[in-house]
Amino acid sequence: MRTLVVAGHGMVGHRLVEAFVARDTERWWRVVVLAEEHRHAYDRVALSSYVDTWDADALALSRIEDDRVELRLGDPCTAIDRVARTVRTASGYEVRYDALVLATGSSPFVPPVPGHDLPGCHVYRTPEDLDGLRAAARDALAVPRAGRRSGVVVGGGLLGLEAAYALRTLGLSPHVVELAPRLLPLQVDEGGGALLRRIVEGLGVTVYCGAATEAVETDRGRLLVRLTGGTEIDTDLVVFSAGVRPRDALARDAGLSVGPRGGVLVDSRCRTADEYVWAVGECAAIEGRCYGLVAPGYAMAEVVADRLLGGSARFPGADTATKLKLLGVDVASFGDAHAEAAGALEVVHNDPVSGRYAKLVVSDDAKTLLGGVLVGDASAYGMLRPLVGAELPADPGALISPSGAELDAAALPPGAQVCSCHAVTAGDIGEAVSGGATDVPALKACTKAGTGCGSCVPTLVKLLAAHGVEQSKALCEHFAHSRAELFEIVHATGIRTFSELVSRHGTGRGCDVCKPAVASILASLGAGHVHDGEQAALQDTNDHFLANLQRNGTYSVVPRIPGGEIPPAKLIVIGEVARDFGLYTKITGGQRIDLFGARVEQLPAIWRRLVDAGFESGHAYGKALRTVKSCVGTDWCRYGVQDSVSMAVRLELRYRGLRAPHKIKSGVSGCARECAEARGKDFGVIATERGWNLYVGGNGGFTPRHAELLVSDVDDDTLIRYIDRFLMFYVRTADRLQRTAAWIEAMDGGLDHLRAVVVDDSLGIGDDLEAAMTAHVESYTDEWRGVLDDPEKLNRFTSFVNAPGESDPSIEFVDRRGQPVPLGVPEVVTR
Amino acid sequence: MRWTVVCPRAALDPERGVAALLADGSQVAVFALHDGSLAAVANRDPFSGAHVMSRGIVGDAAGEPTVASPMYKQRFSLRTGRCLDGSAAVTVHPVRVHDGMVEVGSPARVPAEAAS
Repeated sequence: MRTLVVAGHGMVGHRLVEAFVARDTERWWRVVVLAEEHRHAYDRVALSSYVDTWDADALALSRIEDDRVELRLGDPCTAIDRVARTVRTASGYEVRYDALVLATGSSPFVPPVPGHDLPGCHVYRTPEDLDGLRAAARDALAVPRAGRRSGVVVGGGLLGLEAAYALRTLGLSPHVVELAPRLLPLQVDEGGGALLRRIVEGLGVTVYCGAATEAVETDRGRLLVRLTGGTEIDTDLVVFSAGVRPRDALARDAGLSVGPRGGVLVDSRCRTADEYVWAVGECAAIEGRCYGLVAPGYAMAEVVADRLLGGSARFPGADTATKLKLLGVDVASFGDAHAEAAGALEVVHNDPVSGRYAKLVVSDDAKTLLGGVLVGDASAYGMLRPLVGAELPADPGALISPSGAELDAAALPPGAQVCSCHAVTAGDIGEAVSGGATDVPALKACTKAGTGCGSCVPTLVKLLAAHGVEQSKALCEHFAHSRAELFEIVHATGIRTFSELVSRHGTGRGCDVCKPAVASILASLGAGHVHDGEQAALQDTNDHFLANLQRNGTYSVVPRIPGGEIPPAKLIVIGEVARDFGLYTKITGGQRIDLFGARVEQLPAIWRRLVDAGFESGHAYGKALRTVKSCVGTDWCRYGVQDSVSMAVRLELRYRGLRAPHKIKSGVSGCARECAEARGKDFGVIATERGWNLYVGGNGGFTPRHAELLVSDVDDDTLIRYIDRFLMFYVRTADRLQRTAAWIEAMDGGLDHLRAVVVDDSLGIGDDLEAAMTAHVESYTDEWRGVLDDPEKLNRFTSFVNAPGESDPSIEFVDRRGQPVPLGVPEVVTR
Repeated sequence: MRWTVVCPRAALDPERGVAALLADGSQVAVFALHDGSLAAVANRDPFSGAHVMSRGIVGDAAGEPTVASPMYKQRFSLRTGRCLDGSAAVTVHPVRVHDGMVEVGSPARVPAEAAS
């Protein structure tokens, strides 16, 4: 067996190992990864999102679970012996290699100005760097003093603006100093830079362009930054983000050549002059040039994975296209953004009023797209970038004018790269569609397109349509409509019975798919008790008996325990009911108590006791709000910063009984330690020192998802207003049995669109959604009380219509650890 | 054929089921369809072994009246008892209305499906 040693475990090193083990199908190789950091590979591009969560695990890349791969965390490579073909690590471990790949990345460049190493000077590269910034910001804010606390960011490139965002999130006023005459000098042109500066200044960032940092000095317990031209900035801390330098010391020490500006010199195969040593990513100077972006690094990783297994791949040239959201501003740059090609023409649309700048660079005959810059609105990026080098489908001016031509995915030539993270072309997508892929998840699974940064997903949707793939949205054979469309029909027409709906808008008599879906829609629109009139025949058995069917035909009962808070007297009632009716009890994951083994005819008597003791339905049986879990909060906890229990109780009582396309779970944590596991919920609330962060789209189950941040630091009432809108928008527009995570993923524009609707009210439906939620809250009544008060509804709770007192004789129990469980596993037909 | 009186016809709601206990201890699920006709099948779901067919949702598949087991949602024809989503069947019982009362018939020899 041969040994591949990978020095470095950043994004590119990780990609190399992933690609390599996937292709080494003959299992010729083992892989030893020498990682400097003590954590698994993480998404450094998304580093700034760490300041929203302070959860480094949220950045983690997928673990490589393979017995061929040995990962040595915190044990970097320190020396290479090219004659013996061995490397040595910091811990003294030595390993012989058949191939060595250097993926050591880069380090922040700190300009050697006087005072650059004073306490209070930081860099921006790892989660630990951000932890340091956070501590420094906290110290600065803790000192009682008049005026805003501030931080100076040296460097106005991508990283500098990310750092400015972090400082702003930490409560400091950011000042950005950039040597070039504009922000993002590599990505945007003068016009785009001017608009970017105006937008960023509007966000409270002070910008100094064309200025160099001369010195950093201490001044009465703070720092003073002196700029050329005499400007002085009083500040609490300084962040250097003035670019990176390749980490090539290992190669230099081993006698390997480096590029003119540093970096391990490699050819287009990514190989050094030593046939056993390769280099990829930011430490590599490929044909003399270094790239500080992840996409070219990924391309290098693919080349080396291919070469090591006998392939003949060559570096295809760097795709330096970038699409980012910096301080909330969309910025994209692709191809020949600065019109450096001979004869290149620039077509510009500049609208400072709406905050939108777009430039296309085209060939001298205005037919071929060469590159472009987008600021403020980068939605056209997904379609424009793949067109670089191809003939434009329309007049360039029309393509970037807001009222102009919509780009058609059919215009993409087969060679156009749609996904630059995984180098997937329009032609690859076409082949996948021919091979049977009919939706975005299928395309992701078979081509990997859209699984990196995700910016190409809208283009994938357009390509599916261009290939004539029609996404059937029919609910079932009885309705050609989606659930969202049926909701609109019921909402608009006022139809309140299934019979009328199916005879006017469907066919046949319905089924177990459309009937519960319509029942849910009717319930969301406030059509009274779920057993009223014809509605009763639409309900799934759980909603029919307001309990959860178990495998032996009995039901389980879950009373609501808002926020998981329950006084002893009520706890005793639950125990007594369980004892008196012979029920099995178990604590649920949602901080409630589940009582199992109730026969249909026992349910009313059980609930009589529970309702009399002040309990109400917990809707464990419904596609509805289940629980709002909470941690113990500030009443008890030494660390809590907000009263999570009160908020959880308030939310649970507000949204109880809300019927939805699928179950909805929630949680509230009183601090960032997140004991309520709120990020595993459809909507999760986490306390901050200034209010609440709202996360949406989390779930456990078959495909676990972490909820993503929708909005941060909002007060109680704003939080509830946004949750009202979020939930009602979900209830109205999601598909049947679509959890919030899948709903957001399928949404055109994804989380950004959802945020626009919920926070910015971009559709102008905020008031309507809130009014609908208010109506729900005001009309809420306990479903179980509604049954107990109505003899006709109670009549349904019998096992046998001709023997109302009899129990189902087939139901038997045995003892398990002192509690009853169903007797045996019934003999059944294999499903 | 033995006939068992189950309940008044008026006790059956359209497209909802009830369960009845027969003299031999077997269980039957009785349904009123939307056109007023009645259907009866064994109450035991062959996939789960639980006696729950009467609690399924009534509907149709291409015009054929069906009930879906509430346990794992397989649909069964209310005319033939055949499962539309797997290889299984439930026994179909004759059902009639006599003097305003619903009556369910059992064959002289009880089939395996209804025996448990």
